[in-house]
Amino acid sequence: MRLRLEIGLARLAGRLSRLAARGGGTTLPGKLLVAVDPGALATLAERLQHGAALVSATNGKTTTAAMTAEILGRRVRLAHNRAGANLVSGVASALLDADGAELGLFEVDEAAFPEVARRVRPRVVTLGNLFRDQLDRYGELELVAERWRHALASLPADTVAVVNADDPLVAGLARGRGAALRFGLDDPSVARERLPHAADSKYCVSCGTPYEYEAAYVGHLGAYRCPRGDDERPPLDVAARSISLEGLERSSFDLVTPQGTRRVTVGLPGLYNVYNAVAAAALSLTLGATLDEVAEGLARFRAAFGRFERIAVGDRTVLMLLVKNPAGANEAIRTLVDGGPPALALVALNDEIADGRDVSWIWDVDFEPLAASLERLVVSGSRAQELALRFKYGGLELDRLDVVPDLEAGLDRALKLAPPGSTVPVLPTYTAMLALRRVVADRGLVRPYWEREERFDELVGRAR
Amino acid sequence: MKVVVGHLYPDYLNIYADRGNMAVLAARAAWRGIELEVRGIGLGDRLVPGEHDLLYIGGGQDREQALIAPDFAGRATALEEALLGGAAALAVCGGYQLFGRYYRDRGGVELPGAGFFDLHTVAGERRMIGDVLLSCSLEPGVERTLAGFENHAGRTILGPSAEPLGRVVAGFGNDGESGYEGCRRGRALGTYLHGPLLPRNPWLADWLLAQALAHSTGGEPPELEPLPDDLEAAAHEVSAERAHERGGRFD
Repeated sequence: MRLRLEIGLARLAGRLSRLAARGGGTTLPGKLLVAVDPGALATLAERLQHGAALVSATNGKTTTAAMTAEILGRRVRLAHNRAGANLVSGVASALLDADGAELGLFEVDEAAFPEVARRVRPRVVTLGNLFRDQLDRYGELELVAERWRHALASLPADTVAVVNADDPLVAGLARGRGAALRFGLDDPSVARERLPHAADSKYCVSCGTPYEYEAAYVGHLGAYRCPRGDDERPPLDVAARSISLEGLERSSFDLVTPQGTRRVTVGLPGLYNVYNAVAAAALSLTLGATLDEVAEGLARFRAAFGRFERIAVGDRTVLMLLVKNPAGANEAIRTLVDGGPPALALVALNDEIADGRDVSWIWDVDFEPLAASLERLVVSGSRAQELALRFKYGGLELDRLDVVPDLEAGLDRALKLAPPGSTVPVLPTYTAMLALRRVVADRGLVRPYWEREERFDELVGRAR
Repeated sequence: MKVVVGHLYPDYLNIYADRGNMAVLAARAAWRGIELEVRGIGLGDRLVPGEHDLLYIGGGQDREQALIAPDFAGRATALEEALLGGAAALAVCGGYQLFGRYYRDRGGVELPGAGFFDLHTVAGERRMIGDVLLSCSLEPGVERTLAGFENHAGRTILGPSAEPLGRVVAGFGNDGESGYEGCRRGRALGTYLHGPLLPRNPWLADWLLAQALAHSTGGEPPELEPLPDDLEAAAHEVSAERAHERGGRFD
């Protein structure tokens, strides 16, 4: 009885938040509920007849969870925090919102993972990757991995760990675990020639010797082996082979699974999205999907919010690529340039908590392949000056550089510089993306952000 | 004119965008027609005193730092000889700690340092994270500011003979209490400031280049030709504002 009353009040708060146009109400109800009754989340999660699955990673958790939802959504009723609110309160809100849900599917912030796992008691956890990201907020990689390790160890032995075998730190978490499924890429023809500048986890987790790579795909993810024999990439249970990257439009690959092999096409570019697709496939198979359902779901899938999202703005198109850490930004740039080097781009850097207050990461991004083709670059956001320096010392001539800190003015400058009919790549950090989308939404061009995602309010709320 | 920079453990210590510092040194040298060569010094490589005009060491995660610490401590004599011979140095974050006597972690285990700076570092309970602004005077009567970002659990305590790099205007600094940040011994500087440090503090890049040139030529540090630094000044100003608004301190 008490819980029902609490749920009613929390839902009411969400409606009020939306009515008051304060945001999407995707975190407030959950925040209230958890504050009033810390046990409520566990109680709500227990009602899910098919249990719950968690997805965490530095990069790709939103896309992986969204792909999984596309695959499973026709089979079971989901409680899914599709709006990206991925702390405890966001998960609670998603549960509140989904009456009669049978399966919980939650992307979870790396730091919030232990607490969410403890309360939700998931059937499956999917752990994608660990890259250096907002060290001012998350701390060092080893620390995050250690917390994940403890969280995993405290879950029942039959909780399945779906882990990325190509990431040494993540693969190590499932070592010795019976209930585990390991996914990865298996196509050296699409590997990079060498590790990028800012590669993480490149030393053996056991002995510290640098790994040898048969293939490095994204950052330090790949087929690694300790030359002293202390560690190597474990055999893959679910793999992508014969990968074909088709410009900015799509990728296809052979999805190799214990249930058989299928040629799969995903309507998203880039090798990192192949990782997301393989992760979603492995998770969905674990949750009972058939191989046909996996292939069909991935084929239907469309870009998650701000991740290679195209927005028509008058007679120009904005191509929004969220960037938030070196590994993610490197892959976004690599994919963009592979699809045809752009002559114009807008890069926007904010330094709110959700972006990371420490902006030093932009110096670890390999912007040079992008800068090489640019005739004009607009830098914007509250730390536009810092970005300007990054490109100045990266060798971009100053007469090609426009520094416009105000985001709306920056977007307008870029649109003005773009020929009619052309596409402007826009690379914003998290809050810059929200602000830019708000600008475009106010002009009636996209839906308000809370219909798709809300994480900013939650993060700001947490900081207070 | 030529400057040789020795970059210590570039594969291990690069967590806070240390290559930004290197890019700034290289570009500002090149714009003035000064040749600058960067030589990486990895695990087990030789450090020959006199070979480098400037030594650079950056920051790493705890794991990487622990992997190189014994190797670096083993170079204490060569390092001291190089630096007392007039080479300049910039040690940032983890590298700064390693320039001291030791780093004691939470379990009480001591990671040895090279001991060039009279200081030691003890792991603290709370991380000191935030924007930071310093005031420093590397030349008598010339007061300048440095703006950066700090993120360290270690509290660095200066010994009696150590001179700080600067006074904290806003932020934590060495230990969050003393009001001092960094350490200076002759032409060698150590600091927690990254961000990276040099792009938005170009005067310090120029100071280091001038010291390195002095070592290279055996003369006095030259006056370097001024460069247009409007963008750098704008970035400095924003960063300094951040430190005033939200620089860290213990309540």
